[in-house]
Amino acid sequence: MSPREPAPPPQDAGSLAEQAAAVAPLLEDSAEDLYENAPCGYLSTLMNGTLAKVNGTLLSWLGYRREELVGRRRFADLLTIGGKLYHETHFAPLLQMQGEVHGIAMELKAADGARLPVLVTSVVKTDAAGEPLLIRTTVTDARDRRAYEQELLRARRAAEEAHREAERSREHLHEVVAVLQRSLLPPSLPLVPGLETAAHYHTASPDHLGGDFYDLFSLGGGRWAFCLGDVCGKGPEAAAVTSLARHTLRAAAMNDPDPEAVLHTLNSVLYERYTGDDPRYCTVVLGLLEAAGLRDTGFDITLAGGGHPPALLLRDDGTARYVPTPGGVLIGILPRSSVTVVRTRLEPGDTLVLYTDGLTEARTPAGRYGDEQLLAHVSALAPSGAEPTVKALTDLLESFGNGLDDDTAILALGVPARAHENPTSSPC
Amino acid sequence: MDIRRRNNVSVIGREDGPALVLAHGFGCDQNLWRLVAPALAEEFRVVLFDYVGAGGSDLSAWDPERYSTLDGYAEDVLDVCRELGLRDAVFVGHSVSAMAGVVASAREPGRFGRLVLLTPSPRYIDDDGYRGGFSKEDIDELLESLDANYLGWSGVMAPVIMGAPDRPELGEELTNAFCRTDPDIARVFARTTFLSDSRDDLAGVAVPTLVVECAEDVIAPREVGAYVHAAIPGSRLVTLDATGHCPQLSAPEATVEAIRSFLRDGER
Repeated sequence: MSPREPAPPPQDAGSLAEQAAAVAPLLEDSAEDLYENAPCGYLSTLMNGTLAKVNGTLLSWLGYRREELVGRRRFADLLTIGGKLYHETHFAPLLQMQGEVHGIAMELKAADGARLPVLVTSVVKTDAAGEPLLIRTTVTDARDRRAYEQELLRARRAAEEAHREAERSREHLHEVVAVLQRSLLPPSLPLVPGLETAAHYHTASPDHLGGDFYDLFSLGGGRWAFCLGDVCGKGPEAAAVTSLARHTLRAAAMNDPDPEAVLHTLNSVLYERYTGDDPRYCTVVLGLLEAAGLRDTGFDITLAGGGHPPALLLRDDGTARYVPTPGGVLIGILPRSSVTVVRTRLEPGDTLVLYTDGLTEARTPAGRYGDEQLLAHVSALAPSGAEPTVKALTDLLESFGNGLDDDTAILALGVPARAHENPTSSPC
Repeated sequence: MDIRRRNNVSVIGREDGPALVLAHGFGCDQNLWRLVAPALAEEFRVVLFDYVGAGGSDLSAWDPERYSTLDGYAEDVLDVCRELGLRDAVFVGHSVSAMAGVVASAREPGRFGRLVLLTPSPRYIDDDGYRGGFSKEDIDELLESLDANYLGWSGVMAPVIMGAPDRPELGEELTNAFCRTDPDIARVFARTTFLSDSRDDLAGVAVPTLVVECAEDVIAPREVGAYVHAAIPGSRLVTLDATGHCPQLSAPEATVEAIRSFLRDGER
């Protein structure tokens, strides 16, 4: 009210009475009118469902005359057949057990066959002794609500279908990745007389191709080459480099088995193929195996390393040490590679282990697993043949759980130990 | 596997009484027997259970393939019987469960000495020369009703229902708490129920059988009751003066009396 307007004069008794008379039609004191013309449908049925009372609102929604329904039809008769099934299997049992049922979506069938989506709530009215007398039901028009819910349902079904489609695509991707991944590794390691071999490849994710690789192949004349490497990155591009690296190593070693020369060739191939803004490189250890003697006397090994973690040597005497190839740099990153070559010997009972850095980079509660722990771990294993060593390292990888987030390759070459002579069992 | 937990088995009543297995139908769980179980327990050793997927069963044991045929439900019945070492028991199956009992009884003769089929129907959809009362479209309509009503079910409730009630207050929030079912599971059960056809199994029933029907039942009308009665050799048919598909709720005394008198007659 504006402050300039005077306050209204106090009302006398006469004008109050006039006002009461004016609002009398608005007092809503006719229960009959409230029932008949309520903004929702009302109905009452006997316990067996026979309609006993229906309000005007519901009759007008359905287009029936009162005498067509009351005493003649059951509530379930007003439902669609699917609705009847639902009524009999859910609604009626619930009502009998709980005495009330709230907000059930159903469809009523009007006299002209039209369908009216409604929400139904029913309560059982009991007598003083608690015996059920009849069922009171309200029916709310739910056309807009149902349209909205059907939109939600449609959206949910679309989302579910999209999800299933995505799952199918993902499964297909996994199959493709698995096939490609296998193609980057030898299907099985060749038999090398006097040598035990074992390998393991851990795939970090079925979604991605890893870039680790290993190989072992004959060069003829009792000589063998082996390699293990790690191409930078993941995915199809890394896999292409992996394939190129592995086949280049094979071809180059066949041509000239000198490990240093082989790595130089690989360096040139990678450097020239991947120039410019997409440099691709790898770390690799390449080795040459030559039988040291005529029989069971082990192998001479020439190892060349290009920026790769050092190999491990488990000795027959129970010790273990790294075989460093220091100074070697990543293969493919510089026009001229720098390769370190070391020579060692694999005696009976010795095992040489190559691995990629997924193993030492694994996260543990105490930080990265690291070289020292790895050395301690294999020292405890030594002496150990190729097979049990790879098994032990596979177990170790599994123990990392989620801490292992990179692909990891392991290759072990071992010379079987000589049968130990046992003086007590020797014949005399 | 712990069958008692998986199927939420409870055994009540006289330990020395004849065993009576109560098997619920589609739409609810063992709650459906609440008005008749106490009376039956005075005389019998009453076995109650939920099919996997219903009521208090272990939902993690639910398998869409197994529970897409009546055989899967029959297997549940037999699993419960084996677990309790029941022989010569009385099987009382409601609605679709009646047919699961027929299948189970044929599969392991000796488990059940008598069958009580409560409002059974061997086929709900009309066929040449057979009136089940429904068409394929009607069943689709029912599936729509299921989709429109998640009775007592919501995603947040699932942990409570599945036995991890770290938030028990959730249990109070939903109405219609009886018969709550995971909607995906309910849909599979509905299809299995209403698309099944076990008419050929009826002739193989080899134990005394009581067929109980209601005078007015939309789901299993009287001609279906008559069909089942005629198809099972030597069966007895009782028509209750009751309305609806669940006489164990709408006419519990009459239902108990029908079962009792059928079993009493067998003793003579």
